[in-house]
Amino acid sequence: MAAPRASLRLVAPVWNGGTSGIRGLSRAVDPEGSPRKGRTLLRFLADRFYDVEAVREYLLQKQVLKVLQKNRSFTYIKERYGPYVAGAYFILKQGGAVKFQDKEWMRPNGRGLSGELWKLREVPVEAVDASGCAINYQGLDNLLALKELQSLSLQCCPHVDDWCLSRLHQLANSLRELSLAGCPRISERGLACLHHLQNLRRLDISDLPAVSNPGLTQILVEEMLPNCEVLGADWAQGLKLGPEEQTRDTASSPIPA
Amino acid sequence: MLRRALRLGLGPGLLGRGLGTHREGSTLAWDGKVSEIKKKIQSILPGGAWSPLCDTSHLPPEHSDVVIVGGGVLGLSVAYWLKRLEKQQGAIRVLVVERDHTYSQASTVLSVGGIRQQFSLPENIQLSLFSVEFLRNINEYLAVVDDPPLDLQFNPSGYLFLASEEGATIMENNVKVQRQEGAKVCLMSPEQLQKKFPWINTEGVALASYGLENEGWFDPWCLLQGLRRKVQSMGVLFCHGEVTRFVSSSNHMETTSGEKVTLRRIHEVHVKVDRSQEYQPVECAIVVIAAGAWSGQIAELAGIGKGPPGTLQGTRLPVEPRKRYVYLWHCPQGPGLEAPLVADPSGAYFRREGLGNNYLGGYSPTEEEEPDPGNLEVDHDFFQEKVWPHLARRVPAFETLKVRRAWAGYYDYNTFDQNGVVGPHPLVVNMYFATGFSGHGLQQAPAVGRAVAEVMLEGRFQTIDLSPFLFSRFYLGEKAQEHCII
Repeated sequence: MAAPRASLRLVAPVWNGGTSGIRGLSRAVDPEGSPRKGRTLLRFLADRFYDVEAVREYLLQKQVLKVLQKNRSFTYIKERYGPYVAGAYFILKQGGAVKFQDKEWMRPNGRGLSGELWKLREVPVEAVDASGCAINYQGLDNLLALKELQSLSLQCCPHVDDWCLSRLHQLANSLRELSLAGCPRISERGLACLHHLQNLRRLDISDLPAVSNPGLTQILVEEMLPNCEVLGADWAQGLKLGPEEQTRDTASSPIPA
Repeated sequence: MLRRALRLGLGPGLLGRGLGTHREGSTLAWDGKVSEIKKKIQSILPGGAWSPLCDTSHLPPEHSDVVIVGGGVLGLSVAYWLKRLEKQQGAIRVLVVERDHTYSQASTVLSVGGIRQQFSLPENIQLSLFSVEFLRNINEYLAVVDDPPLDLQFNPSGYLFLASEEGATIMENNVKVQRQEGAKVCLMSPEQLQKKFPWINTEGVALASYGLENEGWFDPWCLLQGLRRKVQSMGVLFCHGEVTRFVSSSNHMETTSGEKVTLRRIHEVHVKVDRSQEYQPVECAIVVIAAGAWSGQIAELAGIGKGPPGTLQGTRLPVEPRKRYVYLWHCPQGPGLEAPLVADPSGAYFRREGLGNNYLGGYSPTEEEEPDPGNLEVDHDFFQEKVWPHLARRVPAFETLKVRRAWAGYYDYNTFDQNGVVGPHPLVVNMYFATGFSGHGLQQAPAVGRAVAEVMLEGRFQTIDLSPFLFSRFYLGEKAQEHCII
């Protein structure tokens, strides 16, 4: 991973003055005497191009580091309280919800985590709802330690991509329900490695913008997992109507998609 | 300008390269030198042909610290890691010389694009593991401000190697080594194989090894363009030309035991501009050969292998181009979305391509059936006679298939042991190799680039130890044989 720049190269601005350089000349020739506020700001930024670039790179690095920090591994908690509590802690910290076996759904409340989490050392985690969490490839380590996980919801996770799906084979024994709806980075190539999950009974692959052909992908995934109910795009979506069906369609009411 | 004329006339010998050295190349007699100097002075005087101002923007620069011969994925990877690992930003000037900017014959873009960790040598497994980590985080390694992120189109579907009775023990040993290095591979019996992939005919298969993670295939063109873009943004210069000559000097020395050794050092690389007779002598400190299938020719130009056979001086670089065919066919009842890249014990392989029941595959011919590498014409009869029978036997659905397209590409085949040549040459002190990977160069390119950059900057391999892949093994006869070659 590229390390963040150690120092920002902020060069002291060189004041050109009003007359030197081509810019000065054009300003002299410029018919409009007083430039508008927007133009001075743009010119100011354009004069300091490399500084602006450095600042933008720094801000981008900060964002990347934030995601990495959220996905660090909690080795101390894992050693002290066991993998189930570590995984649950990880999910709750990210803003998701956890359900232990024979218990209710546990969500993060405003003032921190509830104290009873630390007592559930031996209780396996049954279901995880990680919708909208910033889980990435590294953070998935914490989830994959939950060997009795039956239901996993990764709806609208912005960093879950095809590489992450290729790791889910470790949960093949227990996973019954998986939801990937709305993840922007998942494509049909990642869905191809879900064939390891032979115990899966319910799979939701609706609304995946990176999948090139949703209807065809739906059919292929259904063929790949014969025992599983696959929710997703309607197979007719994306098909063009033939000429006789088109005239019939315009006459009658629209068919619900 | 007078200095330039002097250099053309008298050469760098007079600039003091030390006692005991002599230049190879043209050594004109004294009279010839005098008449040359007279001609040059006449052309400089007014009325002569020479003019001090001429446009050299189409030529490569006159000086460069490192010249990389070959702009494919290995050459660009070396350039990237050099710029990334240099101690101070902008410290090293790198020039990449590429003969064909359309990459029409380059092995990188014509390859099937697979990446696997199922090798028998631990070094190969480590190289592949690092490369897959590079590809996974490619948008962090190769990010350029304001350019869109790269989409490698990686299919994490894995490789499935099938072994017959004879190969089963070797496969088990290989899988043990792979697991030790950290690859996620599982072994399957024929029954498990039949259950998992019902479209396979398991006749003759004793054991199968299946890569569960970090294996699959991707788009090599995207990787190449991403590297090119990033490397240009880091300040590496590109030159569209061909290397025609190396100018070097020799140093005759004696070892402690009294043996005579001739060490050579390359001073200039003559780069001929495309579609012109003009050439530019580029003065350089280090030369890296990453020319793929043509590395053998470049090494001969540099004088490697010119000596009595059986000596270190007479050891050639045993890399030559071998033509391989890739066929794309359509089969409506073929394997579905879960199909990995299947490698038959006979050597035939295929993988799924896209969603439309298309498949890519090929077969490496035996030594006797090797096609002529002079051109990249496709032999369709080869598919009918050699590839199709194996495919149809392994996957019965492939009995009804229709070939849509085919192309041919080169393997930079290492005739010695089919593994890469990495690192410095023992006698030519400033030449490094990064070539000869015989069909698995693309999948190891990021890691090999880093290893070569480490050797050049630090003097030894730091992260992955590639000493079994040094040039000296050709002279010592130590084969680093790789058993899992497709």
